Amino acid sequence: MSRRTLVVVGHGMVGHRLVELAVERGLVAAGWDVVVHAAEPVPAYDRVGLSSWFRGTTAEELSLVEDGFFDSPALDLRLDDPVVSIDVEARTVSSRCGTVTPYDALVLATGSTAFVPPIPGSTGRGRFVYRTLEDLEQIRAAAQGARTGAVIGGGLLGLEAADALRSLDLSTTVVEFAPRLMPLQVDEAGGQALLRLVEDLGVAVRTSAATQVIEERESGLRLVFADGEPLDVDLVVFSAGIRPDDALARGAGLHTAERGGVLVDETCAASAPDVYAVGECASAAGRCWGLVAPGYAQAEVVVDRLLGGRRTFTGADLSTKLKLMGIDVASFGDSHASTAGALELVYANPVAGVYSKLVVTDDARHLLGGILVGDASAYPVLRPLAGADVVLPADPAELVLPRLDGASPGPGAAALPTTAQVCSCRDVSKGEICTAVREGGCRDVAGVKACTGAGTVCGSCVGLVKDLVQDELSTLGVAMSSALCEHFDLSRAELFEVVRVQGIRSWSTLLAGHGRGLGCDICKPTAASILASLDNAYVLDGERGMLQDTNDHMLANLQKDGTYSVVPRIPGGEVTPAHLIVLGQVAQDFGLYTKITGGQRIDMFGARVEQLPLIWKRLVDAGMESGHAYGKSLRTVKSCVGQTWCRYGVQDSTTLAIELELRYRGLRSPHKVKMGVSGCARECAEARSKDFGVIATENGWNLYVGGNGGFRPRHADLFLQDVDTETLVRTIDRVLMLYVFTADRLQRTAPWIEAMEGGLDHLRAVVVDDSLGLCRELDTAMERHVATYSDEWADTLADPQRLARFTSFVNAPGVPDPSIAFVRERGQIRPARPEEKGPTLVSGPRLEVVRS
Amino acid sequence: MNDWTSICPTGRLPVERGMAALLDGEQVALFRTADGLHALSNRDPFSGAMVMSRGIIGCRGRRPMVASPIYKQAFDLETGRCLDDPTVGLEVYAVRVDAGMVQVARPARALSA
Repeated sequence: MSRRTLVVVGHGMVGHRLVELAVERGLVAAGWDVVVHAAEPVPAYDRVGLSSWFRGTTAEELSLVEDGFFDSPALDLRLDDPVVSIDVEARTVSSRCGTVTPYDALVLATGSTAFVPPIPGSTGRGRFVYRTLEDLEQIRAAAQGARTGAVIGGGLLGLEAADALRSLDLSTTVVEFAPRLMPLQVDEAGGQALLRLVEDLGVAVRTSAATQVIEERESGLRLVFADGEPLDVDLVVFSAGIRPDDALARGAGLHTAERGGVLVDETCAASAPDVYAVGECASAAGRCWGLVAPGYAQAEVVVDRLLGGRRTFTGADLSTKLKLMGIDVASFGDSHASTAGALELVYANPVAGVYSKLVVTDDARHLLGGILVGDASAYPVLRPLAGADVVLPADPAELVLPRLDGASPGPGAAALPTTAQVCSCRDVSKGEICTAVREGGCRDVAGVKACTGAGTVCGSCVGLVKDLVQDELSTLGVAMSSALCEHFDLSRAELFEVVRVQGIRSWSTLLAGHGRGLGCDICKPTAASILASLDNAYVLDGERGMLQDTNDHMLANLQKDGTYSVVPRIPGGEVTPAHLIVLGQVAQDFGLYTKITGGQRIDMFGARVEQLPLIWKRLVDAGMESGHAYGKSLRTVKSCVGQTWCRYGVQDSTTLAIELELRYRGLRSPHKVKMGVSGCARECAEARSKDFGVIATENGWNLYVGGNGGFRPRHADLFLQDVDTETLVRTIDRVLMLYVFTADRLQRTAPWIEAMEGGLDHLRAVVVDDSLGLCRELDTAMERHVATYSDEWADTLADPQRLARFTSFVNAPGVPDPSIAFVRERGQIRPARPEEKGPTLVSGPRLEVVRS
Repeated sequence: MNDWTSICPTGRLPVERGMAALLDGEQVALFRTADGLHALSNRDPFSGAMVMSRGIIGCRGRRPMVASPIYKQAFDLETGRCLDDPTVGLEVYAVRVDAGMVQVARPARALSA
């Protein structure tokens, strides 16, 4: 059978989701080619996250299209080439470039356009809409030299736009026609709470303000209202709602709804054969849906139908949870209490800036909906409860009232019915998540995300997903307790907090106060690391020596045959010929195997315990120091040669790498930490595969966080853009120290950030905006580390008592371990395999242990 | 009587840590805990490396244990039994303190027999 063609008109979030589904669900494999016509010059991007562009997220990072996605020969993305007409008789579309493409099925995903109220003076210089990346670029350009701005529209998008203007340092006023902000989502009292929170951020608000005309004046623009003083500003952004972009459909003679939008039935089919419409351009189930989740659901329906399925779209949940200007706002279910007999329970705390309303049935036994302003932490649990057949606690106020024990309010994940929708963006139910754990073998949030898609769009349900995974695992009898081990009920992060706040300085105090038993190979090294993070004392003195894993205990890396490897620090990978000669000479004198590491240094293998001090004496005398390859601590800062030598470099990456490596060397952390610095966007240092990646720009540095190689490779995410070295270092200081303070044991930075509620934005708020008031403490801790760092190997060599542990046999200190044997390979040593060793060397029989 | 071999003064063994010793060509891992001394084979049966003396010691449940520094299996300090794989174990040596000197004899099972 010949291949068929699906034409998708529009490459926004929903259009792209449809293409993804065509691949995922097997439509492409079933013989369909997909042609996508995009009006914009860039592929689909995260329009919901558009505002983050002003805070440094690049257009590239907003992109929803995975690298190489459109490389498939079955997929054809035509950027900057919108469809201009459809011939439903001939079953073809014509594009602006003049191509005519026949279709077997056509999906309209043209989205919407910004609504500009028909008032005199609404267009012209200094007047913008807030819809596309191009709009944002224009606004940013216009904000140069401007001081004031007004946003017309106080709804969701309006507040986003206001936040954008605020981040461009404009004195901003929000103008709303209705008597309150976000009139569609919140009620009068919620609007009041929101108003106070917004005004506290320095944004002026005018409600009940009907703009009548915008006048051009010499100094800028003047907004004239029906009542009240006019408002003079430099620029105006319209964000007063959207209108479905159905012009193409009208031209083709397709039926449209009275209030706009391509009219579709519950299969998302329009009024011509094999034509569908999805997303904001469609009028489905009686209305246009201005949220991304219903659009995704419609895309599922279309792909399912093309595959012969029976899915329908009959409406969607309009619940939303947002963080606007750092303020939580959520509404869900019947938030305006329109159900007959519905009761409203309101909790308001104007001082704390919190407003919560629950809408319940007339017998107060079931939740119908609600509104949360200022603190929406209960949202993930409350939303699935709305309309669900779950009986509420005797006092439903418990669901939202702050609890004295500090626990989050609400009934918890266990109370949800299996049919409850946990992730509204990807329509994933509690049942599907539990199945993924029970039958799919998922053991953590990351696994469930990968398996079900839950939590991958807006992320608001991640906390709930975590609870569900934990509940399900405990039902299965799989321990996922956060307790460190059988000796401590606290997690590593909690233990760190206890040590820090109580000023604990020793293992015995910690064990006596917070643990039990004698400890083990999990809690002892963790405690050693925490103590070292906080005071930087010599890691092997006193009690601390017995806490360390053998690597830290010998200040070297144990290999499979019982020998150790030695890695001196080579900061930034820069090494003098003199040091190279020393390394070569030492390796030769001690017969060590040498290899270049991935982190741009030299590893020397095959050292016996009693040789370590002798080797290090030579290295320290030559001016080298510990590379901490054995520690859960900073490993290397990999760099390219940068501007100094490279024709393309734009900053001095090597110098920065050396500075960073010397600054953070020796800091004990929950897991190893790697960094990289590249001198230009070509990224030769592969910085984005590191926990902290720095890439030079013409204007300074971009900082990326949360990358790693290994089992689950991950690129780091952009955190800061075009910052100077001082800002960069201060930010790395804080993120790194926060990681040391709060990560779990052996948790790299990526899962640490992923597990954070609010993710990267939250992290940025904490370290850039100091939202938790922690920055001073983090800065102080890092300053203390930098000021008190001391090379462990130099300290060891200076003290005969510390050298005592580097003994092969306590009763024969000079005798080498006779079991260690090497053979030569490619001119160097390697450990002998068992069959290569003489039989006398292998001692210690495998015992038959008698069961008692 | 067994052939007790003097190894070193007690104070030479660090508390809650191990040291290796040579006993007629055999390698013994000596451990000093709050409860006393333990002597086991120094050979980690899983890797074949002579490293048991470099493991972290502690307890699992009520059993005092040492964790292999290579692949982290725990071994009972008193019986030598591997707590993660009961088919594997370490040979146990007799150990005592005589006039401030740590003394070892082998093997423990011959002693009790």
